[in-house]
Amino acid sequence: MTAMIDISNAEKSFIMHLQGGIALPVVRGVSFQVNAGECVVLAGPSGAGKSSILKMIYGNYRFDSGRIGIRHGDGVLDLASAAPRQILKLRRDGIGYVSQFLRAVPRVASLDVVAEPLIEQGVARDIARGRAGDLLRRLNIKEALWRLPPSTFSGGEQQRVNIARGFLAQRPILLLDEPTASLDAVNRAVVVDLIQENKRAGVAMLAIVHDDEVRRRIADRIVDVTSFAAAA
Amino acid sequence: MAEAVTTTSLTAEDRPLLIAERLGKNYGRITACREVSFELYPGEVLAIVGESGSGKSTLLQLLSGQLAPSAGRVSYRMRDGVMRDLAALGEAERRFLFRTDWGYVHQDPAMGLRMAVSAGANVGERLMAIGWNHYGRIRDTAATWLERVEIDLARIDDAPRTYSGGMRQRLQIARNLVTEPRLVFMDEPTGGLDVSVQARLLDLMRNLVSELNLAAIVVTHDLAVARLLSHRIMVMKGGLVIEQGLTDQVLDDPSEPYTQLLVSSILPA
Amino acid sequence: MNTPAYNFAYLDEQTKRMIRRAILKAIAIPGYQVPFASREMPMPYGWGTGGVQVTAAILGPSDVLKVIDQGSDDTTNAISIRKFFEKTAHVATTTRTQEATLIQTRHRIPEAQLHGGQILVYQVPIPEPLRYLEPRETETRRMHALAEYGLMHVKLYEDIARFGHIATSYAYPVRVNDRYVMDPSPTPKFDNPKMDHCPALQLFGAGREKRIYAIPPFTSVVSLDFEDHPFTRYRFDAPCALCAAEDSYLDEIVTDDRGGRMFVCSDTDYCESRQKLGHRGSERVAPHRGGAHG
Repeated sequence: MTAMIDISNAEKSFIMHLQGGIALPVVRGVSFQVNAGECVVLAGPSGAGKSSILKMIYGNYRFDSGRIGIRHGDGVLDLASAAPRQILKLRRDGIGYVSQFLRAVPRVASLDVVAEPLIEQGVARDIARGRAGDLLRRLNIKEALWRLPPSTFSGGEQQRVNIARGFLAQRPILLLDEPTASLDAVNRAVVVDLIQENKRAGVAMLAIVHDDEVRRRIADRIVDVTSFAAAA
Repeated sequence: MAEAVTTTSLTAEDRPLLIAERLGKNYGRITACREVSFELYPGEVLAIVGESGSGKSTLLQLLSGQLAPSAGRVSYRMRDGVMRDLAALGEAERRFLFRTDWGYVHQDPAMGLRMAVSAGANVGERLMAIGWNHYGRIRDTAATWLERVEIDLARIDDAPRTYSGGMRQRLQIARNLVTEPRLVFMDEPTGGLDVSVQARLLDLMRNLVSELNLAAIVVTHDLAVARLLSHRIMVMKGGLVIEQGLTDQVLDDPSEPYTQLLVSSILPA
Repeated sequence: MNTPAYNFAYLDEQTKRMIRRAILKAIAIPGYQVPFASREMPMPYGWGTGGVQVTAAILGPSDVLKVIDQGSDDTTNAISIRKFFEKTAHVATTTRTQEATLIQTRHRIPEAQLHGGQILVYQVPIPEPLRYLEPRETETRRMHALAEYGLMHVKLYEDIARFGHIATSYAYPVRVNDRYVMDPSPTPKFDNPKMDHCPALQLFGAGREKRIYAIPPFTSVVSLDFEDHPFTRYRFDAPCALCAAEDSYLDEIVTDDRGGRMFVCSDTDYCESRQKLGHRGSERVAPHRGGAHG
């Protein structure tokens, strides 16, 4: 099986220039692959760099050395050498990302927050909003809330908006950072179902999950991040 | 799954719209900016951020052909697909470009509007300049655009002298977009406006840029504006480009000391 | 005796040359405003110095001069300019449009059809049609050079938006020879059609603004408008009270201090000619009419 995500020997440190230039190592020697239709879970203590690895794959963080290859269309995109527009295109069609905290544009209705990635792919606005509504309903967000910006929602509601936004546009790779962290049992189950459906549809998923039960139900493989922790 | 998908042709998107090559401007011994190079693609929004004196405003003037470069060049892909050096364009061509394929949004809307002339005429002027000769059609098109920038249609015959700052800015945007330009230059578009007015304007700009697949170059000192509007960012200091890349990447993972300083200086909301 | 001796038509020959050169350029580029070195004239700016300089530059001893102001030969300005040329050039003068070879006019075109060989000299206050829309001279020159006339249509648009129709009733902008947009001087728009394919040469002089422009004979002159708001001439409700003409531009004349008024032809020569031919309006005699000048 050709890997959808192929990381080999990736390394990252933060150089804090404002604090005298001290280097904060994040990860090193990160190597693993994620294939289509499987869900790989990154495990390890907090602070070990799991979220950073996800961000590196999404192009949100740079990395200092190593290689990250993402399968996109017919070819493989090498993130280190990719032009900004290639990464933008990748994010539109190739990778979805459910971050740990919803970072929505203020004043935009949650329905539109969710529908936006689908509209960017070219789907007509009303169709996209219709599907966004369906997904929100499935995630138990009341219709009365759809017009409101999510900034006033509870943590759990915000996370569900975030999940809907990440899952709505069909993309071959999904990155999930603590997708069930603030959710109750009912909604956890909904998210697990969503993940299973996408797996069956061939989506490659890389997730950070702390909840043992959820992890058990979705993970095909576990990658222990502690082995990538950079020496202090 | 079959669905109604409209995609722009890949070939058009794959060719750069604007190319800056080692662009520089100096006044005697004073260097306003130097060694600026980048390529801008259709639909991309590039933010140029920096503090005052960074050279960002000069750069915008160079990129929009209003200043001649001391070094390097700017090339633009015309509607016929041919890449042209801006410095080689005749004045008539450049002025025509400025009125049709480009937009320029000034920080002070009074600079980009005819203050004593009605809103409808302000928006319709570009159309009349390219030969539209039917009053009814001009007015209807102007009205459509006023609606799009959320200006009450009842104000179509009022001069922008009677408008608030936010309305004037929205009118300026409508005036620029009526000829469906492919590239819009913006110079501190939300500067000087009240915070709530800024917010509304940014939302509007964000929507318009994505609906119309506009490419834009936005000069701003406000990183929040850059984060909201742009895909890519260029950080300038002392006339040089310190760092450039994807906006979220540069702002979340800044590598240069100056960029880190800028990012850390933002007061949290 | 201290009467000064004037050169023929007041201006020295070198100045006439300079003005004639400007006129030739203007004729070569119909509607284009040619700058010229306007001279100090024995009348203040705003009193027709431009028109007088053009007339002075082209006047010859065999010319027959007619001078009108708002269509009339016997207003103060018309009389004083006519006397000026009588004194400095000793030319024959007339009030009959058909007999004149050179007609200097302020703000009207004669009703009688002009013929080839005649020259009509207009007095122009502000030659730049875009001036009130774009105050910068640098910018208006560029606009003319690049034929960027969108702004002119903005003015017409504004009129329609504000008044429901194009409200410009005089100095109505025209497009000359399909190229330059020109201000025809403050003639009523009623007169605009007369400029189109006129057999006479039309010259325009602005003394204070130092510009000369021209329309050669048989040149197209089209009034600007919109497809759905086409140019229309002004139509009066009633004919001239003196000669019953229905196709001439009428002046309103107050006859008493009780609100009495009547409408008579602005072009005095036209009106008198018609009366001589037997045409009569509802009134017999026009008030305060002086004798005809020969």
